Amino acid sequence: MAELRESLSLYRLLIAARVRAQLQYRTSFAIETVAAFLVSFLDFVAILVIFSNVPQLGTWSVAQVALLYALATLSFAFTDLVIGHLDGFPALIRDGNFDLMLVRPKGTLFQVITGDFQLRRLGRVAQALLVLGYALNTLAIDWTPDRALVLALTVPSGVLIYGSVWVAVICIAFWTVEGREAANAFTYGGAFLAQYPMNIFDRWLRRFLGYFVPMAFIAYFPALHVLGKTDPLGLPAVLQVASPVVALAAAVVASTVWRFAVRHYQSAGG
Amino acid sequence: MPLIELEGVAKDFVVHRSAGLLRRDRITVQAVRDLTFSVERGTILGYIGPNGAGKSTTVKMLTGILVPTAGRVSVGGLVPWDERIALARRIGVMFGQRVQLWWDLPLVDSLELLRHMYRVPADRYRHTLASLREALELDPFIRTPVRQLSLGQRIRGELAAAMLHDPEILFLDEPTIGLDVVAKQRVREFLIRANRERGVTVMLTTHDLADIERLCSRILIIDHGRLIYDGDVNALKERYGTERVLVVDLEEPQGPLEVEGGRVIKVEGPRQWIAFERARTNAAQLAAAVATRANLRDLTVEEPEIDDVVRRIYLETRP
Repeated sequence: MAELRESLSLYRLLIAARVRAQLQYRTSFAIETVAAFLVSFLDFVAILVIFSNVPQLGTWSVAQVALLYALATLSFAFTDLVIGHLDGFPALIRDGNFDLMLVRPKGTLFQVITGDFQLRRLGRVAQALLVLGYALNTLAIDWTPDRALVLALTVPSGVLIYGSVWVAVICIAFWTVEGREAANAFTYGGAFLAQYPMNIFDRWLRRFLGYFVPMAFIAYFPALHVLGKTDPLGLPAVLQVASPVVALAAAVVASTVWRFAVRHYQSAGG
Repeated sequence: MPLIELEGVAKDFVVHRSAGLLRRDRITVQAVRDLTFSVERGTILGYIGPNGAGKSTTVKMLTGILVPTAGRVSVGGLVPWDERIALARRIGVMFGQRVQLWWDLPLVDSLELLRHMYRVPADRYRHTLASLREALELDPFIRTPVRQLSLGQRIRGELAAAMLHDPEILFLDEPTIGLDVVAKQRVREFLIRANRERGVTVMLTTHDLADIERLCSRILIIDHGRLIYDGDVNALKERYGTERVLVVDLEEPQGPLEVEGGRVIKVEGPRQWIAFERARTNAAQLAAAVATRANLRDLTVEEPEIDDVVRRIYLETRP
C-alpha cells in the first residue's frame, strides 16, 4: 500500500514536470489541443454521415450509437493521454535508451509510462465528453443503480483494456525493431472498431474483437446494459456487466507479457 | 568477500540475417565467453578492450540490464537481473553517450526528480547535493535546461545524478568520451575524490589510456569476449606500453632515416614515424639524432594507443 502511494506521488511529480515543460509554449499547446479536438470530431461526423443515409445501424439509433461512440472514444482518449507515447517505444528500444530504465529503482513499465505526457491529447477527451453529454441528454435512459454503476465503471475498464492491449502488442518491439506498425493495427484499428456497434461486423471480425482483443467490452456490451437493449447477437447477458473483470484479466496478461519481454531484452550495440 | 564476482559468465546474442527473400538465418554471436573475475571494495577498475570486445555487455550484465546465457554473477551480494531494483538503489550508472537527465528540465529539477525516485531523505539530499555542487562546480549552470548545456557540463550533471543516492559502486561507460582536456581532468579528479572520500568502488570502460593511467589501480583487458589481462597499470605499461613513436616532419622527403635506438615504421612524403623503446632512449635524444641527418621542421610524440597495447597482448597470449 505504501508502495502504491509512493508510486502515485512519483507519478504526479514526473507528469507535473512534463506538463511544466509543455506549458512553456502556451500558443503551441493551445493550437495543438484545438487541432486534436477537431480531428477527432471528424470520426463522429463520419458516423453522422452514415445516419444521414440510413435511419438505423443494426437496430441502433443515432443517439444510441453516439453513446457507444462516446464511451469508446473517452476510454481511448484517456488511454492515449496516459500512454499514447508508447508509439515511440520501439525507438527507445532501438536506440538502447531502455537500458537507462533498467538501472533505476522503479518498474520499467512505470518509467516508460511516465516518460512523456502529451497534454494536447486532452482535445480528444473534450470531444468525447461533448458527444457523451449529447447522448445522455437525448436518450431517455431509465436509470437504475446497476445501470449507473455499469456506466461509471465502463470508462475505467475501457482504459485498462486499451492500455493492456497497447502494452502487450508494443512488446513486439523487443523482438523486431519495427514493431510500431503492427502495434498500431491493434491499438488505433481497435479504437476505431470499438466506436461502432459490434453486430454490424461479420462473424470473423466479431470473434476477434470479442475474444482475442477484447474491444467489445470497451463500449458495446456495457452500452447494451445501460440502454436496456437486447443483444442483437443474442449473447449471454452476463457479458454486459463483465467489462471490469475482463479489464483486470487483460491487465494481468499484459503485465505478464511485458515481464517476459523485458527478461528477453537484448539491448543495443555490444 | 569481493563486492563484484563473476564466474564462468557467457552471453550469446541471437542475430537474424536475411538469406534470400523469405529465409532468415539465425546466427549466434558470442559476446562474452567464460568470464571469471572478482573486484574488491574500494577499487578503481579499468575495463578496457577494442570496440566489440564485450565491455558494454559485461557492464550490462553487472547492472541488471542483460541476463547472461551462462554463469554466475553477484554484485554486492545480489543477482543483478533478479534483484534489479534493490541493486539499482546501491549502484550509480553513467553512460557517456546517453542522456539520463530530463532533456527539457533545468539540471536541478532532474536531480530533484531523481531524489524522489531513489527515495533519498530530504536532509541527506541537501547534504549530498551541496557536496556535489562544490566538487563538480555545478552552480553556474544548475538552473539551465539540460538541452542547453555543453557536453562537459552535461557529463558533470550526469555524474551528479549517478552519485545522488550515495552508491557503493559506480559503473561508468566511456565517461570522458568527447570531452576536452580540462573537462576530462575535472571528471578524473572527481572520481578520485569520490573513491577516497566516500569509498566508492568504480568500474569504468574507456578508450582513453590517460584515464587508465591517472585513475585505475587495476585493469582488466578483454578481447573477443575473453579476459586477456588482469593486473595493475604499471606492469602493463612496462611490459607492453613501452614503445612510443616520434613523428618527424622533414624539409625534404627522403628515404627511411637510420638513427640509433629508433626504427622507422612508416614514411609518408616528408613525414616519418620512428618507433623507440622508452627504456633505451628518449624523444629528445632521438630528435637530436634526426637533426644531424636531415633538416627538421616539426615533431610530435605519440603515446601508445590502448588498441595497440591490446593488440600486442593479444598476439602474445594467443596459443
